[in-house]
Amino acid sequence: MKRAAFILASNPLTLLGVLLVSLVVMAAALADVIAPFPEHRGAVVDFVNFNKPPGGDFLMGTDVVGRDLFSRILYAYRISLLMAVVVLAIAVPIGVTLGLMAGYMGGRWEYGLMRVTDVFLSIPPLVLALSILGVMKPTLLNGMIAVTAMWWPWYTRLVYNITRGEKAEGYVLAAEVTGASRAHVMFREILPNCMPAIVTKMTLDAGFVILIASSLSFLGLGVQAPTPDLGSMVAEGARYLPDQWWLSVFPGLAILIAVFGFNLIGDGLRDILGGDR
Amino acid sequence: MSALLDIADLRLSFRLWSGTVEVLHGISLSIAKGERVALVGESGSGKSVTARIVLGLIQELKGATVSGRIRFDGQDLGRLSPRARHALRGTEMSMIFQDPTSSLNPVFPILRQFREVLARRTPRISEAEARARATEALREVAIHEADRVLASYPFQLSGGMNQRVMIAMALANRPKLLIADEPGTALDVTVQAQTLDLMRKLVADHGTAVLFISHNLGVVREFADRTYVIYRGRIVEQGPTAAVFADPRHAYTRALLAAQPRLTGGALPEIAERDPAFENPMEVHP
Amino acid sequence: MSLLVLWGVSVLIFAIARVIPGNPARVALGPNATQDQVDALAAALYLDRNILVQYAFWLRDLMRGDLGRSLYTNRPVTQDIAEFLPATLELIFLAAMLMIVAGLPLGILAARFRGRWPDHVIRVFSLLTVSAPSFVWAVALMLAFAYFLPIFPIAGRLSEAYSIPRVTGFLTIDTLLAGNLHAFANALRHMVLPAVALSLSGIGQAARLTRANMIETYEKPYIEMSQAYGFPEGRIARTYAFRPSLIPSLTIIGLDIAALLGNAFLVEAVFGWPGLSRYGVQVILRKDLNAIVGTVLVIAALFLIVNIIVDILTVLLNPRIRLGEARP
Repeated sequence: MKRAAFILASNPLTLLGVLLVSLVVMAAALADVIAPFPEHRGAVVDFVNFNKPPGGDFLMGTDVVGRDLFSRILYAYRISLLMAVVVLAIAVPIGVTLGLMAGYMGGRWEYGLMRVTDVFLSIPPLVLALSILGVMKPTLLNGMIAVTAMWWPWYTRLVYNITRGEKAEGYVLAAEVTGASRAHVMFREILPNCMPAIVTKMTLDAGFVILIASSLSFLGLGVQAPTPDLGSMVAEGARYLPDQWWLSVFPGLAILIAVFGFNLIGDGLRDILGGDR
Repeated sequence: MSALLDIADLRLSFRLWSGTVEVLHGISLSIAKGERVALVGESGSGKSVTARIVLGLIQELKGATVSGRIRFDGQDLGRLSPRARHALRGTEMSMIFQDPTSSLNPVFPILRQFREVLARRTPRISEAEARARATEALREVAIHEADRVLASYPFQLSGGMNQRVMIAMALANRPKLLIADEPGTALDVTVQAQTLDLMRKLVADHGTAVLFISHNLGVVREFADRTYVIYRGRIVEQGPTAAVFADPRHAYTRALLAAQPRLTGGALPEIAERDPAFENPMEVHP
Repeated sequence: MSLLVLWGVSVLIFAIARVIPGNPARVALGPNATQDQVDALAAALYLDRNILVQYAFWLRDLMRGDLGRSLYTNRPVTQDIAEFLPATLELIFLAAMLMIVAGLPLGILAARFRGRWPDHVIRVFSLLTVSAPSFVWAVALMLAFAYFLPIFPIAGRLSEAYSIPRVTGFLTIDTLLAGNLHAFANALRHMVLPAVALSLSGIGQAARLTRANMIETYEKPYIEMSQAYGFPEGRIARTYAFRPSLIPSLTIIGLDIAALLGNAFLVEAVFGWPGLSRYGVQVILRKDLNAIVGTVLVIAALFLIVNIIVDILTVLLNPRIRLGEARP
């Protein structure tokens, strides 16, 4: 603990990461309170105030139908964080369990599971999610399914590699000799040793899921209008470059801040916990 | 006669997360030209960092504070610019390491590394000249198939062969001081003995002074003219090797000697982790 | 091994393509088509047969190099891919080069000056670059260097003033074949912003990875040896510490280059780059099954090719494996 505190204190960047992520989480949680125009999250049209540059009542300006960009970004953070939480909550347990099985049980399990993982890993992540969404309706739920489908193999491979190393360790042998069940050895003995790497990767991935999700909606394959989403806001705004620059710059900056925050924390955690490379 | 290396009241401390830790508490040590001096102690006693301070490697670490005076060949190392200190490495002083195989770069052939060492003395040395000089240096360590060895990668050679290569490299630029940090401890005992013999003969021929760092008293007895015993960052006993071994006066030296394996057999006594007598003042043999 | 994975990919893609709800033929033809037209198309696509039969037919056609017709362009998918692939490859090739020539030296620099200001600057830079999707960088670069400072063209591959006969489809090659240096420079200028946008996060990844692996290498006895012998610090970093660290980095760098294939979808969209990725987005939005499957399959094949090249490089760079002393 003391060591962790020392590392944190000598790592102002990690502190910055904690600050950024706290800001993003608070923005999303308190959007109803903070947002100057909460109703602008939906299909509102205000032709009096359309295309207003940043300033005055509109901190980040307004879009082509007069909605306050700042308010929409706050609500868009909700979608981003929800996406990150749901995807990781589903993908990590699946990936970790399969990785433990492949690494610990060996034999046919290892061969079969790792070949399937190889297949998933040999399509660029974004392309896999795109092709899944290509045949489904672009909704938030399907977006989550698509991103989850591309995510679990990375955890399988990470945990598989650690498990293979740990399998030969004395404590595993000791548990086996005392007659512990396979499930006990995998989840109670080996898993705790994978945790530092998993936690580090999850922190980095929280940012990465937000990034991929925004990429999907940027291509029109994620959350659909009028729900605000950072990726689709950038796509929409890019059509009005360079005059209404704020329409794409602020949502882009919002993505950068959130992902940067998670990356800073993940990087710091890696120093503290060790963990994946 | 003036000493080649003269260390006085050397202190080293590291700033760590738990505060500042002093590792060396005022080491004084001198080596005459061509003299072989051993620094003996257990791991963690500070003998290896002393060697690295002489080379100037520790001073560049973040969080390390070095104080005291180190004179080498008439120069005060503490006052030299980093550039001037750097110029001494590989030319006036060189070093041999514990594990020869892992001390050679695994992705470059021996010749490439040998040439880099020779270039310290002869910048822009041609490949042909480097090959000729390396072949000559390898002959000194009884390697006669120089072409094959020079074309090899370290992992293709035996540990003993790598150790000879290391010795050849260390002496190729005719340094005044050779630092040997537990040389060959990673090797078989017989191979270690052979290479040490070779090294002793060569340094005697070239008049190279040696700072020999070891925990192995048997080896020290064979090799060194004078011996310093170091315990927890302090020198506890010093003197001619024969005198120290014949008449160990400090409690720690006696404990260390008692813990050496002997041919006569018998169980080894453990060295106590700490003992008040170990903190006694330094014993000096004339 | 690679072939097995490629086959697995084909099964996976095929499976994804056929879980589509509703009748793809109906989706393709739109609501105005008659039922007869829909049935005819469904029969042509073997949609009326059992899924295994569909896969068998599809695989047979694939072996003949026939990926079917695109319902969007109404041309053979292979023809579409042949038309759009070179533009994407050209872009990815340049981005991969940028990634390597910028990312690796940055990583070397950071490792050499670990804990000092160059390290901190490079760390923040590389974390920033990996913290935004490439379309954000694309928009930012376009705004800065095409609109605000009009140095580079806004979109497209070549100014309309030039007309270059298509030989390879790679404009940098075709312009040179045509002997038109102005057109070559023009094509190159069009590539700069998309390639930089595409490579930025790769540069950051490569720098981070190189730094991490080199810092591990710096702990090795052979680096201490080279320092004890006073090898020049710059040479230690660039050569003696970098080369051993490159071997474990290669696989990941290969993955990052392959990830460019995905990110090209985002960058091509911003810069209106007429490549395979933009085609991919079009066909995905139109649920054009044959074209989706074909595009993804080509990308997966490219991905495998990159991996094979990486494996070969690993062998060449690691003397231990090259000389048969150890297995990869």
